[in-house]
Amino acid sequence: MAERRSGKPLPRVDEESKGYWEACRRHELRIQKCLSCGTLRHQPRAVCTNCLSSDVEWLLCSGRGEVYTFTVTYQNQTPGFRESLPYVLAYVTLEEGVQMLTNVVDCPPDQVRIGLPVEVAFEDVTDEIAIPRFRPRGGSGGGGGGGGGA
Amino acid sequence: MSGSGGIAGIAVAGVYEHPRRSAPDKTAYQIAAESARGALEDAGLRLSDVDGYATSGVGPIGVLSMCHHLNLRPDWIDSTAIGGSSFVAQVLNAAAAIRAGLCTTVLVTYGSTAASDRFAVGTGGGSAGDPPDSFDVPYGPTIVGAYGMVAQRHMHEYGTTSAQLAEVAVTMRRHAGLNPDAKYREPITADDVLASRVISSPLHLLDCCVISDGGGALVITAEERARDLAKPVVRVLGGGMAVRHPGIGVRDITDIAARQSGKKAFERSGVRHEDVDLCMIYDSFTITVVETLENLGFCELGEGGPFVQGGRIGLGGALPVNLDGGGLSSNHPGMRGIFLVIEATRQLRGECGARQVENAEIALCHGTGGFLGIRHSGATLLLGRA
Repeated sequence: MAERRSGKPLPRVDEESKGYWEACRRHELRIQKCLSCGTLRHQPRAVCTNCLSSDVEWLLCSGRGEVYTFTVTYQNQTPGFRESLPYVLAYVTLEEGVQMLTNVVDCPPDQVRIGLPVEVAFEDVTDEIAIPRFRPRGGSGGGGGGGGGA
Repeated sequence: MSGSGGIAGIAVAGVYEHPRRSAPDKTAYQIAAESARGALEDAGLRLSDVDGYATSGVGPIGVLSMCHHLNLRPDWIDSTAIGGSSFVAQVLNAAAAIRAGLCTTVLVTYGSTAASDRFAVGTGGGSAGDPPDSFDVPYGPTIVGAYGMVAQRHMHEYGTTSAQLAEVAVTMRRHAGLNPDAKYREPITADDVLASRVISSPLHLLDCCVISDGGGALVITAEERARDLAKPVVRVLGGGMAVRHPGIGVRDITDIAARQSGKKAFERSGVRHEDVDLCMIYDSFTITVVETLENLGFCELGEGGPFVQGGRIGLGGALPVNLDGGGLSSNHPGMRGIFLVIEATRQLRGECGARQVENAEIALCHGTGGFLGIRHSGATLLLGRA
């Protein structure tokens, strides 16, 4: 496993998720769209849970969304997180309509609210892995950029 | 109420809750064995009468080690692992197994030294073991955080307040004051809850269950047989189990497993909400009780905040909840489900002294296991006095 920079747990990349993490490495947020029935899905899977097809395309997301819900975490004993308290854990609803668990970063925790417009901000945690987190939208433009750590 | 078709005629014949809340001198296995003895004595049975065995929280094949430790060679074994609700689900599994003729007398045990092991039940992290974990653990979800996200959304959608959630903690502490074994018995106020430090917003320290050692055991058998045993018969009327998770990324986070398992439990038992005399609701956090009562249908969705106010869920109220003091004040060694069944059974037998619900005939138990806002299970059980 590659060296981690943050001390936080890393995702395990497997055949089902490789396309997602490779896109993240390029700072692109992509979710799966079933080529057979059109259903969007996150997290990635080899088999569509609607029609069982394995034909899939990796839809490039706008990277924009809004906070569906969140919690400001003040206590977590896990190495990597205990050094970065408090941090914001959130579900973000992407413009494409799919929710994902993430962190809201580059924002004082007391400014986070449900409905807050956000955009993806990737953090390169190793040479292979970039983690998509989200920051408030409206300030400094575009979707890509390397994000600060949660 | 006679119970539903598939699992009719099954009874809880013996129960025991280990009185210790701190047991650094014991192992989880010892606590489980002492609890097994207690439940068998309660039923008036011997270990040699046991031909079915269930436990949980013991690791992937720990049930085998537990059988070894208890020197059991049962005809039926179960180590359901759906979190803290497992023991509630195992009553249903045991009932079905007995009805199917796979065994006649099921012993269910639980033991844990979570507090003595200084296990961070609610605020530890995870590792990216299974595929779904890889999309969670990089972000630092804790158990408290997973419930906090549900509470935050509930407040947003329905205007639920921290003061309403605090009312749940205050009520549980009042009940704990009537339970000599409870870990924390001194009364608290809503202001105490609101003044306690925030663990994961909007949940404060006193919105969270305690961490204790402990354990318990149950004996399940046919009602016909239970009639000849030591204690008044408590019937299994019906139940259900369910799971909720983010699916493919589209869900309402306030729709919890109780909505599905509760509906099944009421349908299968024929019990109506107004028939229920008391509820034992897994109170990992105050929001869990509010969410569960709503999703079980005791009030409209979103009405859980006002519902828990005004003494309604306290002893003497219209729907008393967690008379033992719950996980919020009595005990929580990591998986609380078994205590729901133990207290409900004792209430229905009329054994609960100062905290007894007068003339209790029907009790509902609902266990929640796992991370409410991420992946969780629910198991509902309706029990009735014979």
